[in-house]
Order: sequence, then C-alpha cells, then structure tokens
Amino acid sequence: MEFSYKKCEKVRSYKAVPKFNIEKVKEAAAVINKAKKPFIVWGQGVIIGEAEQEFKEFIEKTDIPSASTALGLSALETKHKLNVGMVGMHGNYAPNVLTNECDVLIAIGMRFDDRVTGNLNTYAKQAKVIHFEIDPAEIDKNVKTDVAVLGNVKETLKEIMPFVQKGDHKKWLDEFHKLYEVEFEKVIKDQLQPTKEGLTMGEVLGEINKQTKGDAVIVSDVGQHQMFACRYADFIKTRSSVTSGGLGTMGFALPASIGAKMGVPEREVIAIIGDGGFQMTIQELGTILQTEIAVKIVVLNNEFLGMVRQWQELFFDKRYASTVMKNPNFTKIAEGYGIDAHKVSKRENLSKAVKDMLESKNSYFLEVVIEKEDNVFPMIPTGSSVSDVRLS
Amino acid sequence: MEEKQKFTVSVYTENNIGILNRLSAIFLKRHINIESLTVSQSEIDHVHRFTFVVIVPETQIRKVVGQLEKQIEVIGAFYHREDEIIYQEAAMFKLSTEHLYDEKIQNKLKLRRAHIVTITDRYFVIEATGLKDDIDRLYERLKPYGLLQFVRSGRIAITRPKMAISELLKEYN
Repeated sequence: MEFSYKKCEKVRSYKAVPKFNIEKVKEAAAVINKAKKPFIVWGQGVIIGEAEQEFKEFIEKTDIPSASTALGLSALETKHKLNVGMVGMHGNYAPNVLTNECDVLIAIGMRFDDRVTGNLNTYAKQAKVIHFEIDPAEIDKNVKTDVAVLGNVKETLKEIMPFVQKGDHKKWLDEFHKLYEVEFEKVIKDQLQPTKEGLTMGEVLGEINKQTKGDAVIVSDVGQHQMFACRYADFIKTRSSVTSGGLGTMGFALPASIGAKMGVPEREVIAIIGDGGFQMTIQELGTILQTEIAVKIVVLNNEFLGMVRQWQELFFDKRYASTVMKNPNFTKIAEGYGIDAHKVSKRENLSKAVKDMLESKNSYFLEVVIEKEDNVFPMIPTGSSVSDVRLS
Repeated sequence: MEEKQKFTVSVYTENNIGILNRLSAIFLKRHINIESLTVSQSEIDHVHRFTFVVIVPETQIRKVVGQLEKQIEVIGAFYHREDEIIYQEAAMFKLSTEHLYDEKIQNKLKLRRAHIVTITDRYFVIEATGLKDDIDRLYERLKPYGLLQFVRSGRIAITRPKMAISELLKEYN
C-alpha cells in the first residue's frame, strides 16, 4: 500500500496557549510592586516556554529571591545571586521555610505538585498567590490563587515588565542566605567535605561540578541519587537537568540520557543512576552498543533501594524490607556491551576516575561505591508543612 | 466537607474514536460515579455532545471540567446546576397484551404524558418522557402488572443560558 505522510498542522478543537489578559498582568504587577517579601517559585514552564531570558530580566528588575522546582532546574544558573535553590520534599531549607513567611508567592510555570507543597492546609497561607500558567486547569487546582495570569510565560513575563517597578529586597534575600548557612553547617558540609570513610553522593556530584564547571547535562533516575543530583549539581546553561519529575519512574535515566545525547551531541551528557534503577532499563546498554552514542553513565551504588530504605529507617524502625540489593557485577556487564567500565570506592581515586570518564570520547561507565546508609536531607515528611522541613 | 450536589456536565467534542474512554477515565480517576450519560450529535455539524450527570462538590466539578476541557478533541466543557437546565429522560415499558384494556393503565398513561407506541397480540410498548421522578413513579405503578422489559435513557439537557460553541469554534479557527 502506498503511504504518504501528511503533516498535521492544526487540530480544530485544540488551543495550546490560552488568550492572555492584560488586566490580569497589571493586577499581578500591582501586587508585586507592593510586596515586602515576595518569593518566586519557577518550574519547567520557563524551560518549555523558552522563557529563560524573560524570566531572568523579570527577577533581576524586581529583585525577587527565586527557587526552582525539580523540573525547573537549570533555567537560571545555579550561582545567580537571586537563585535560592530548590523547593520541595528534598529541596533547600531556606526556600521551604520562607515559603511560609513570604507575603507574595509568585508561581511561574509550575503546578504546585504535592512534592513541592507538602501539606496544602499549611502551604503559604499567609501569602497572596500569583500564578503564571499556560494550562487553565491548573489554576486553583491545588493552591488557591489570588491573581492568575494565563498564557505562555515567555509572553506574559514580557508583558508584565513595563508595569513592575525596580525592586530592592536585599534584607529579605539575606534571610535566605542566613538559612542557607544553617543548611550548609548541618547538611551540605557533610556531603561536600565528608569526614566519614565512605564516599557520599554529594561529593561525587561536587567532583563532577568541579571538572565540568557545570556545563554538562545531568540526567538523573529516581531515588536518593536523583535528589542528590538535583540538590548538588551546578548548572550554567538551561536544559541541563533531565529528570522524570512527577512521573517518578525508576529506569528513566539510561534511555533518557541516550535521547539527551542524540539531541545535543556536542554536549557532555552524564546519567546519574542508582544501583536499583540501573537494572530496570539495563537492556538499553544494547542501544548504546548499537548506536555508539557517547553517554557517560555514573552508577552510585549503595546496595540499597536507598530512598525507600531512608523512609524505613526514619519512619519504620529500620525495618529494611525488600530494599537490600544483591547486585550483579555492573562493570563486567557494561564491558560485555563494549563500554569502558571502571569502579571506584576510595575517595583518593574519585577525582581521577571522573577525569578519565570525562576525557573519554566514547560511552563510559563509572560505578561509584557509596556509603551504604546515607540519607538525603533536608526532608519534608509526607503530610508535614513545608516550614517543618527536617535537617536530620 | 463541602456538600455534594447534582451537576449536569455538557461536553462538546469532535466526533472521533476513543473520546468516551478518555472522558470517562477522568471521572474514574477521581472515583466519581457517573449517574447517567448520553451522547449524541449536537446542533453543530460534526460536533458531538456528551451529557454526564454526577453528584460531587462544586470545587471538584470545577476541576473535573478543567481536565475534560484539556482533552485535545474537546471543544468546550461546562457544568450546570439543576436550576440552570431543562432536562428530560425517556423510558420504554413492555407489558403483556392482557393488560392493554385495563382502565387503570389507560388512566395512568394520560396523567404521565406517556403513550402506547406498539401493540401486538402478545405485548404492547409504552413510551414516556419526563423528569427522573416521573419515570420512577410510572415504573412503580406499572411494575405490579409484570414488566416484560423496561429501559430508560440517560438525562438529556438544554441549558437556559446560551452555549457559545459556534463562537468557541470560530476562536479556534
């Protein structure tokens, strides 16, 4: 049978971008201009809408501290002075705590996922909520909005610029910095400059940051290592963090990294995967063999389904049911697929191992043996308020 | 807890395969029971209209309608309270011909806006339209005569306010 592809240009009943209303834009600007402690949470809408530049101009003009959702990461460079980290269950301390102290919460291209909000009954109740959103069904779905600005954020953020005044929120930003210090002392220091013998996931990410200078695409799977990747990876370019977000599917990272590398062959693509998730789509090593795609695979092996184990430790009296992993010899498997494979378990060898991996022009597999029972903090236990985020 | 109410949901869609499945899945996901469902062509060519009846709190139906509307082939979705619509149901009753000349049945039919549509030597068929309660009452009255078959349609409803579907379509085009 003869087949000819006909491109679908339009579906009559489908309208992807709703009409934006300039009155709503003005209303939002008025609220923002009056705010004493405004706080922005941005999501993947900024990236999908290709609105990174508009977003940056908006926050720089209004001088508002901004935090990302897990999927919004890399839309704004990690080191930007207004970037106060990530919100959510394993996000940073300051943005979580101060969500419940801001007077205006500005949500940009995000959907108030339950991992972001924790208990909705205690989420930002004191704040006026402004929601920039493309999907009308998301408005008031989880969090009641005071001003909803519908439309692609690329357009609506451009439209709001003439109506917002230049802001100065230095004092308010300092509150974020103070809480960052607390988090650094209690959590981050132990990850980046560990004193215990075993390697930490944080220091592996730290080493990758140092050597790639934040220029790599980090693809993460699902679990503890994912939260460490989201928390500790540095980004200097947009579209540098790929993770499954609300889908939450283990086994995501290996095939996703192959896709990412095919999309941007000129960039370094590093998949960060746990020992549990790696085996869920391990057959994709065959795709790497077949396509000779040069992805770098880092398996952080703690011989546990670590995220579940962490919950069992904290909430179920260390009843480690079905979370202990008996793993195969990963490096041999990778070698079987023609992939250069190395294993590192000592701190003094980490830097060289990462260097070798990055210098390789081909696909590369690096297994890092990690401290077995390490936890990812801060943490908002299910049903708790964002401001009750635990540091230990 | 916000109180549950009866809502009629009208969904205008393209006439494509598989939409019913996706729309009903939106109710299923939220464990909402569909009390009644009718699908037919609408006043616009190639546009079909789904009429759902559900009993839920208003905050929930607002979100559900948002999700229904998000489906690609859905042109518009709306929910209505009982006082915003004029609605009817249809029903058919099959009875044995031995009751055909029963005066009581004849009188009931006059009262209930029902009439006989078919008579054979073995059975006859009554058709009725009305509100759900009217049909229920007629059902109760006819039941003692031994119903050979009974069937009723879902709700069909016309809204009191205007449904600006043609305008919506123009906007899409």
